[in-house]
Amino acid sequence: MGKTLYRKVWDAHTVGILPDGRTQLFIATMFLHEVTSPQAFAMLRDLKLPVLHPERIFATPDHIIPTDDQTEPYADPLAASMLEALRNNCAQNGIRLFDLPTGQQGIVHMVGPELGISQPGMTIVCGDSHTATHGAMGSIAIGIGTTQVRDVLATQTLAMAPLKVRQVRVEGKLRPGVTPKDVALHIINRLGADGGIGYAYEFAGSTIEAMEMDGRMTLCNLAIEGAARCGYVNPDEKTFAYLKGRPYAPKGAAWDAAVERWRSFASDPDAVYDDVVVMQAEDIEPTVTWGISPDMSIGINDCVPAPDDAADDETRQARETALAYMKLKPGQPIKGLPVDVVFIGSCTNGRISDFRAVAPLLKGRKVAPGIKALAVPGSQMTARQCEQEGLADIFREAGFEWRLAGCSMCLAMNPDKLVGDQICASTSNRNFKGRQGSPTGRTLLMSPVMAAAAAVTGCVSDAREVFGIND
Amino acid sequence: MPLNKIITITGKAVPVPGADMDTDRIIPARFLKCLTFDELAGTMFYDERFDAEGRSKGHPVDDPAHAGACIIFGGENFGCGSSREHAPQAIKRSGIRAIVAVSFAEIFIGNCSGIGLPCLSTSAENLEAAAELTRRKPETVWTVDLAELRLSCGEASYPLSMAPGFRDALMNGRWDAVVELMNAPEAVERLAAQLPAPSCH
Repeated sequence: MGKTLYRKVWDAHTVGILPDGRTQLFIATMFLHEVTSPQAFAMLRDLKLPVLHPERIFATPDHIIPTDDQTEPYADPLAASMLEALRNNCAQNGIRLFDLPTGQQGIVHMVGPELGISQPGMTIVCGDSHTATHGAMGSIAIGIGTTQVRDVLATQTLAMAPLKVRQVRVEGKLRPGVTPKDVALHIINRLGADGGIGYAYEFAGSTIEAMEMDGRMTLCNLAIEGAARCGYVNPDEKTFAYLKGRPYAPKGAAWDAAVERWRSFASDPDAVYDDVVVMQAEDIEPTVTWGISPDMSIGINDCVPAPDDAADDETRQARETALAYMKLKPGQPIKGLPVDVVFIGSCTNGRISDFRAVAPLLKGRKVAPGIKALAVPGSQMTARQCEQEGLADIFREAGFEWRLAGCSMCLAMNPDKLVGDQICASTSNRNFKGRQGSPTGRTLLMSPVMAAAAAVTGCVSDAREVFGIND
Repeated sequence: MPLNKIITITGKAVPVPGADMDTDRIIPARFLKCLTFDELAGTMFYDERFDAEGRSKGHPVDDPAHAGACIIFGGENFGCGSSREHAPQAIKRSGIRAIVAVSFAEIFIGNCSGIGLPCLSTSAENLEAAAELTRRKPETVWTVDLAELRLSCGEASYPLSMAPGFRDALMNGRWDAVVELMNAPEAVERLAAQLPAPSCH
């Protein structure tokens, strides 16, 4: 009987079984950022324990980094103290830090793959739920809490119980104007924001096989929004081509051996899954969220659902709460809804392919009057690429504020925040209440091309109509 | 480092209803700027409880009738979203000793278990009945029993479920896993030698 990638990686990293029945799992690589790690180092100091395998740990600051003026000291003393703590903790423990002056800083989930640190067949953890992103490389990548960060610092292992595996197969060709972000939102909508509890998602099928690595990262990034603690794609030629030549990827003869090893982790053709769901690419529309949970989404040409149409009481109440918060009416078309802010960036959609997709559409167009439009490359490497390829200038020319790398307005721990009940067309990952920095701010999740369409029209729009993207 | 065995939790409850209670709602991101978790007690559900001027919005947690509650009754997918341990830390430091909900997000339940805050599940119907009872009679004293897997008070009793690993860890005072994880250093080093670490050549 064949095995899934999940099971193979799990078995390869199993140290043993703990007295409580959980597995002691070896962690190949841990990433750190400044928000969830200082408390872990404090706990470690309390226990008087050293960092066991600093060579397997990599850090970069991302959440609190200002994206306009990075002159230190920062205006926010708390932000400055967290950055300082990260620097001290890394220096004292021999941990590689991709700090601002290195040119390799960025959102941790972009830096790992871009530098080739995140590789197939690994167990990867970080004190951040969007660690699922690294699963696109063909690894088990999971978000953990700070006490668990401490566990990994001290022992390079975690106590965990294995997840079940659901294969989410998407078949066929995506229609023009439909992107990996839309695929992810569609899956979350169909399976529910809680549908993945207890599962890892294996994304498979011809649509996923045809998807480039950046798109696979967007998809795996959003696994957690469907409650799957990790999502992954089996490693294939695209994975290897992506990794080849990156700074931390194996070189020379070691490369060939690595590829052979990586290939062996892919799920066997006769692997047995705990569940399988199949979706068709042609059913996927450019998708926009209308509510306060990532599964509250509709196709661009659909209308906001009515509480009274809900199948059950819980859904009805959830819709009522969401509509009241979002100040939307049941049955209202989402298309044409005016927006105040447009945010293109985040670990979901701040990659080079996102800016490459949007820039040609923005050429010769302007951000609509009164709209604040932010373009925030996720990493310094991506920012440099955007400059070199002339993409950054196209965004500036169109009226976007072209910012420095960081998490920015995805969760607004830096100065980039919504004000009052502003509506933001956002390429980020969460439309939770207050997520973008204002307790009454409103988030509409969508793809980068859809966000660009909102930027130039000033309202939620069908990017296919705005930019003439045709079948 | 002996840890307490967490077997029963007894006290008043507070209902925090609604599906998908995300960790941004449990603790807004602006409170994450801290170097330790020590000061998080007042931040639990902050923007759900207070408006921009700091006036109470009448959240159940602030209802004097539920003062001193040590058990939360939640909905489906409680603790979804961000992995921030600040969320369970804020809950625990606000005096909560157990959470009973229809279901929990995986990362959240792991974070809670690791700090000795048990998360147990029962059906939506049972939870609604329990929440209704506690709304009607806020002084009701509930017992969450990990050994018996029951939620009960004088007049009602409901079955609970919980992942066996977490349950065993909590009941036997092994919930802080680092102690167990340090017991097999040779096996860890064998794997470390065998599994490649990323390096910059």
